[in-house]
Amino acid sequence: MLRISCPFCGERDENELIFGGQAYITRPEPAEQVSDREWADYLFFRDNPKGVHFERWQHRYGCRQWFYVVRHTVSHEILAVYRMDEAPPDIEPEEML
Amino acid sequence: MSEAQPMRLESGGRIDREKPLTFTFNGSQYGGFTGDTLASALLANGVRVVGRSFKYHRPRGVLAAGAEECNALVTVGQGALEEPNIRATLQPLYDGLEARSQNCWPGVNFDIGRSLDYLHFLWPAGFYNKTFIWPGWSWYEGFIRRMSGLGKLPPADDPDQYIHHNVHCDVLIVGGGPAGLSAALAAGYHALRVIVIEQDTLLGGSLLWSEASIDGEQGSVWLENTVRVLRQRDNVTLLTNTTATACFDHRMVIAGEMLSDRRVTGEDEGPRQRLWKVHAKEIVLATGAIEQPLIFANNDRPGIMLASAVQQYINRYAVAPGMRIVIATNNDSAYNVAGALMNAGVDVVAMIDSRQNLTGESARVMRDHGMTVFQNAIPLDCRGDKGVHSVAVAKRDNLETITTLQCDCVAMAGGWQPTVHLFTQARGRLRYDSSLGAFLPDVIPPHVHVAGMVAGAMTLDSALEQGWNAGVKSGGSQSKNGRPQARSGGDGALRIERDRSEGRSDRQWIDFQYDVTLQDIDIAVTENYTSVEHMKRYTTSGMSIDQGKTANVNALLALAERTGRAPGEVGTTTFRPFYLPVTLGALAGRNRGEFYAPVQRSPLVGCHEQLNAQFDDYGTWRRPRVYLRNGENEQQAIAREAVAARTSVVLFDGSPLGKFEVYGPDAAEFLNRVYINNVTSLKTGRARYGLMLNENGIIIDDGIFARLAEDHYLAHTTSGGANRIHAWMEALLQGDWPDLDVLLTPVTSQWANVAVSGPRSRDLLEQLSIGIDFSAKGVPHMAIAAGTIDNLPVRALRASFTGELCYELNVPADRGAALWNTLLQLGEDLQVMPIGIEALTVLRTEKGYLHVGSDTDGCTTPRDIGWGHVADGKQGGFLGKRSLSRPFNVSDGRLEFVGLTPAQDGGVLAAGSHVIDAGHSGAPAPTQGYVTSACYSPNLQRYVGLGLVQNGAKRLGETVNMYDDGKVNAAVISVPAAWDPKGERLHV
Repeated sequence: MLRISCPFCGERDENELIFGGQAYITRPEPAEQVSDREWADYLFFRDNPKGVHFERWQHRYGCRQWFYVVRHTVSHEILAVYRMDEAPPDIEPEEML
Repeated sequence: MSEAQPMRLESGGRIDREKPLTFTFNGSQYGGFTGDTLASALLANGVRVVGRSFKYHRPRGVLAAGAEECNALVTVGQGALEEPNIRATLQPLYDGLEARSQNCWPGVNFDIGRSLDYLHFLWPAGFYNKTFIWPGWSWYEGFIRRMSGLGKLPPADDPDQYIHHNVHCDVLIVGGGPAGLSAALAAGYHALRVIVIEQDTLLGGSLLWSEASIDGEQGSVWLENTVRVLRQRDNVTLLTNTTATACFDHRMVIAGEMLSDRRVTGEDEGPRQRLWKVHAKEIVLATGAIEQPLIFANNDRPGIMLASAVQQYINRYAVAPGMRIVIATNNDSAYNVAGALMNAGVDVVAMIDSRQNLTGESARVMRDHGMTVFQNAIPLDCRGDKGVHSVAVAKRDNLETITTLQCDCVAMAGGWQPTVHLFTQARGRLRYDSSLGAFLPDVIPPHVHVAGMVAGAMTLDSALEQGWNAGVKSGGSQSKNGRPQARSGGDGALRIERDRSEGRSDRQWIDFQYDVTLQDIDIAVTENYTSVEHMKRYTTSGMSIDQGKTANVNALLALAERTGRAPGEVGTTTFRPFYLPVTLGALAGRNRGEFYAPVQRSPLVGCHEQLNAQFDDYGTWRRPRVYLRNGENEQQAIAREAVAARTSVVLFDGSPLGKFEVYGPDAAEFLNRVYINNVTSLKTGRARYGLMLNENGIIIDDGIFARLAEDHYLAHTTSGGANRIHAWMEALLQGDWPDLDVLLTPVTSQWANVAVSGPRSRDLLEQLSIGIDFSAKGVPHMAIAAGTIDNLPVRALRASFTGELCYELNVPADRGAALWNTLLQLGEDLQVMPIGIEALTVLRTEKGYLHVGSDTDGCTTPRDIGWGHVADGKQGGFLGKRSLSRPFNVSDGRLEFVGLTPAQDGGVLAAGSHVIDAGHSGAPAPTQGYVTSACYSPNLQRYVGLGLVQNGAKRLGETVNMYDDGKVNAAVISVPAAWDPKGERLHV
């Protein structure tokens, strides 16, 4: 059971939160001019790093706010938590496998 | 020795001889004492055969004295209180306990299933997998299914209550033995919140059954004082009868605590178990170690036990597991056991030591005491079906028999494997230590500490020291003063030589419970299952009951030897949760029965009950399925309701319909992005039916949205989609489009929604004085109007889910019942009646209105349901638009939404039946789609259906065959709307 600090409410159990997948997925624009391959990349392909992962979470059963979490995918260590309007912290991604 | 309990010693033990108990086992009555376990009481009564093994039905007795027991599995209790697969070693004895053996018929002493043992060569490891290849699984299936399973499910629901307890602490100490208590002393000095979890009924671990001297006191005295000191501290919680059984991420440990048992007291005294979820900043694992069996022929016979268990039965329970005990060993720890047995006056026949040279002090001492020690010797085989009565001793080098020893108990000392289950679950890594012949903690994760035997401490003093240090490192006392010190004999070195004996490998047991022998490992290796995980699955070694307690190390050492690898290279299998089983009721806690999931009820629920509504669960909502009248069956009632909806006027409770208000300068822009429809062009006071897609272009929800003001919309979702769609919109607004100035408020439960539908609905509503003109001009189709009832707002939305003239009246939730009753009263002359979900389904199917999720699937795009022109014609972007032109979404053969009409009069249509390819008269045939909704239409007097059919929109009028569970029905592809296809009844 992960313990994650909601930037608005403080430390909470994982089961109060919803995982929202990889963060900073950019929608290629203008979408109409994007190739099928590029569009499929955007729709279906996600990183699967062994190490640092930037992701979105929502405190669904609390304040309902979305925010960013930086998590180590091996140790599950939470390296940073910050609001949607804040800039990402400077964390070096480990070598990806 | 007592007559009634022939194996009970005259004195000693932590049992209360003043409190005798009686219990029954397999129908016979026996006596025991308070402080006994079921296993110790059975041994005291000389009961040797306690259970039967899983596969070969071999007679089995008690092997161990703790959690590692894998033979003495029994069913305890009767009826609903029955519980299977209880380890007799962990079951405290109580008065009136009823236990019985499992996996045997007709009885444990004569079991027909034993014939499987005599034919054991027919079913080696992998037998079951091979039946899939030859001669065929079906030959064996019936037989294997009958034989499989261990224990039986109780015949009724568990009547007991279980509760969950969520706690946070600074230091969690797992294990209340010397190391754990030492850690608790160190950690508890300061105001840290400390929790100690001990599985046993008593704290103390090995101090409960072995001689010790700590801080100049007897071990038992030190234990008593220490427990008293710890209990006095407010910041320390000591939990006994509590098993820490799993460790999850971020150091959350799950532990099951036994609270009260109505089987014991005969009364319901509250919850039976408490499931602790402990979130710990630091964890000290002082989980001890489990003694390992030796591998030799017929090492599974009743009376062959772990040496430490023999010592525990004698010292803790004052029970002699045998009158003539042979000790077999490969290490020095057995000599301590021999000393303890001699002190207790139990006859040790001889020791069989497989090591070539005995260099340890203790071996010499034993010989000085006149003990016969066979050196460089092994137990070759043993005899005695229902209880060992002799063991053959052979030279290790050439297997030449030296002698045969008469005995009734063999104590096996095969070395110690640290109990690393929680350690590895906490992501610790192991290494193989050849001096201990075991896997030890190597890489210790942050905030986790190991102490005592689990960390390889083989003397009491080192266990106390490690425990103290772990407590200090967890943030406790910084001082070295106060560290308990033990004086113990010997250097603690095991001097183990892990070597197996040779001989018939098919009768040397590795996993007792699952009947895995050395030969099974051989077969796995021969068939190239040489990875430890493959070997485990192929042989089932260490699975089920054992979970890596007694079988794993022996199995993987055998695997290592047979594949020429070092044990560390072979590695261990994963020690998964749970270390010990947890009662399912404890995992569920209070979340069962009516508390399993919250139920949502409409504010009109009282009205429905008065009208004899039959309720059902639709998603999270409990809604009226149908309203039954006197003398009607359900089909008649549904037909009555559906006909009334098309001939007069009906009421429908639409309160669960998802509703939210979208407000702000960018409300129009936001909705324009999430609907495929043009939202900005919608005029104030008007409504539109809209579709929402995900980015893949798939329809995820539909509903009507209405514009209440320039910057204010009311959006409807399906009842089941309300939460999902709201969450999705929140994610878009917060994460993707934070620049949009929009306020999104779910108002589903704020408004009661009463739909008034049918050709006479206007006649009914015109009798209401709520400030709304219900005429065709006043509220045209797809318009919304506002009025008031008692100074409270009313919204009337004219939109139809039946295909008839229909108004949805929305009032504040607490006014819903009053409105409903008023409408029933005013409509009496019109014979107004309520309709349930079943009639609604009939009406929408007749009209060809799709239900997202029933009539669409995870591939359905707007084009597939005939809404391509809306999506294509919209200026500007919306979610999912780009995906609509992906090759798959424009490919030939898409499943398209159509109506289906029986080809013959009286023909039947069934939801779920498949359109079969032309040229096939029945299954098997390629499918061309399927019926998504179908029912008998009381208005059209025939079956109506909707479906998704390949290229369906281009095949109108074509007759197709529908395969329905063995039958084939012919149907004609048609437009979805069977009722009023032109929609004339809507615009009146």
